[in-house]
Amino acid sequence: MVNTSTPLKAESKNLNFYYSNGHQALKSVSMPIYENKITALIGPSGCGKSTFLRCFNRMHDLYPGNKYEGQIVMHPDNTNILADGVDPIEVRMRISMVFQKPNPFPKTIFENVAYGLRVRDEKNNRVVADKVEEALKGASLWNEVKDRLNDLAFNLSGGQQQRLCIARALATDPEIMLFDEPTSALDPIATANIEELMNELRGKLTILVVTHNMQQAARISDYTAYMYLGEMMEYGDTDTIFTRPVRKETEDYITGKFG
Amino acid sequence: MSSEHIYKQYDAELESVRAKVLEMGSLVEQQIVDALESLVKSNTQLAENVIKKDHLVNDLEVQVDEDCSHIIARRQPAASDLRMILMMIKTITDLERIGDEATKIARFAQKTQETDRMWTPRFAEIKTMANMAREMLHMALDAFARSDSAKVLEIAEMDQQLDEHYQMSIRHLITFMLEDPRTISMSLEVLFIAKAIERIGDHAKNISEYVVYMVKGKDVRHISMDEMLDEVRD
Repeated sequence: MVNTSTPLKAESKNLNFYYSNGHQALKSVSMPIYENKITALIGPSGCGKSTFLRCFNRMHDLYPGNKYEGQIVMHPDNTNILADGVDPIEVRMRISMVFQKPNPFPKTIFENVAYGLRVRDEKNNRVVADKVEEALKGASLWNEVKDRLNDLAFNLSGGQQQRLCIARALATDPEIMLFDEPTSALDPIATANIEELMNELRGKLTILVVTHNMQQAARISDYTAYMYLGEMMEYGDTDTIFTRPVRKETEDYITGKFG
Repeated sequence: MSSEHIYKQYDAELESVRAKVLEMGSLVEQQIVDALESLVKSNTQLAENVIKKDHLVNDLEVQVDEDCSHIIARRQPAASDLRMILMMIKTITDLERIGDEATKIARFAQKTQETDRMWTPRFAEIKTMANMAREMLHMALDAFARSDSAKVLEIAEMDQQLDEHYQMSIRHLITFMLEDPRTISMSLEVLFIAKAIERIGDHAKNISEYVVYMVKGKDVRHISMDEMLDEVRD
């Protein structure tokens, strides 16, 4: 059903996830994540798409009692990032995340982007400055902020703050970027800018995006997965999912019908 | 198609445009019947009516086009909704052309009143062909109304038969023209009518192919009967 010539970047294998209250939020989810492609996760609220996304940077570890079963295997090294011995901090270096609401740190624009490098103990200021510039350019923000890098990040507009968060995520050279409804708090122009940016990042890194906006999934993604009640209902290339989905559940969801 | 949209207004919009396509279809079907009748029965008044009514077909084409573009702009249809919209946009083009062919036949009907009708029997063949073409159109519209993708096979078979009839009538007409050069101008007129009917069959077949796309998301244009059989059954 999908292009097999594209290499895999990651793969979830029979992934189950239980919240600490015992609720099973993911039920044996298996799906491929292709390298340097955009994969969109769609589905109604509570379907598990954000839960699934958060497994990829071990965010659920922040709360006690949450439990993973199954694997998320990273390629080419075949590391199961859910394995016991794997340090979540290491995982988050490889897989970074951008959230629904822009969440810059209460620091300057420069220091926001430099943060990940400082955490990595990068002491060379030249290297940090170059990386910050590169990341801001990569996030299409450089031209707007290059003359005020020492301003507080909160002075930026919402769309700029979101691009700053993308720059912050880019600065550590992640292999995968996770976007959790990255534009739902933004106006249409800022949304278009973020989507354009994601389109530019395609081909350079692997993107996994959760979105409630189906047209957004249709516009930007190469592959789309439809989730419902913790299960992967249908996965396929985006053109197919939006023109002739196989399952009735998918059809009903994307056409806006009652299930 | 099966279940309802959360937006009730969207359902109403889709239903309204679908009803217009079907209305256009039955109007066009009647145009074929009337055009043929005017030809066979030498009814110039009826022929005149057919020609006059063509603008109704054209108006519906414009309306459906407009409605579809509104739905695309406002609703961003996906999956089966999208396929139905695309299907209807294409269907009305074929229906409009069928309307034109009917008008053509009506024009010939008017003309043949003025010329010498030396061999009425030729119209028997035309009549058979026209009935086939009309039946094909009726089936294609019915397939659209019922979302019945299997009808395409029957219609494709009828289209082959219609083509054979057309070839046969060409041979007959050639024989006539060879035997008596005075029949040439009349034979050519009949040939054009046969051609118009043959085209109606092609348009009906196109519509039935769009129905397959609408229902199954499969493109069955420009493939052999065997391949079509596989696609429709599967």
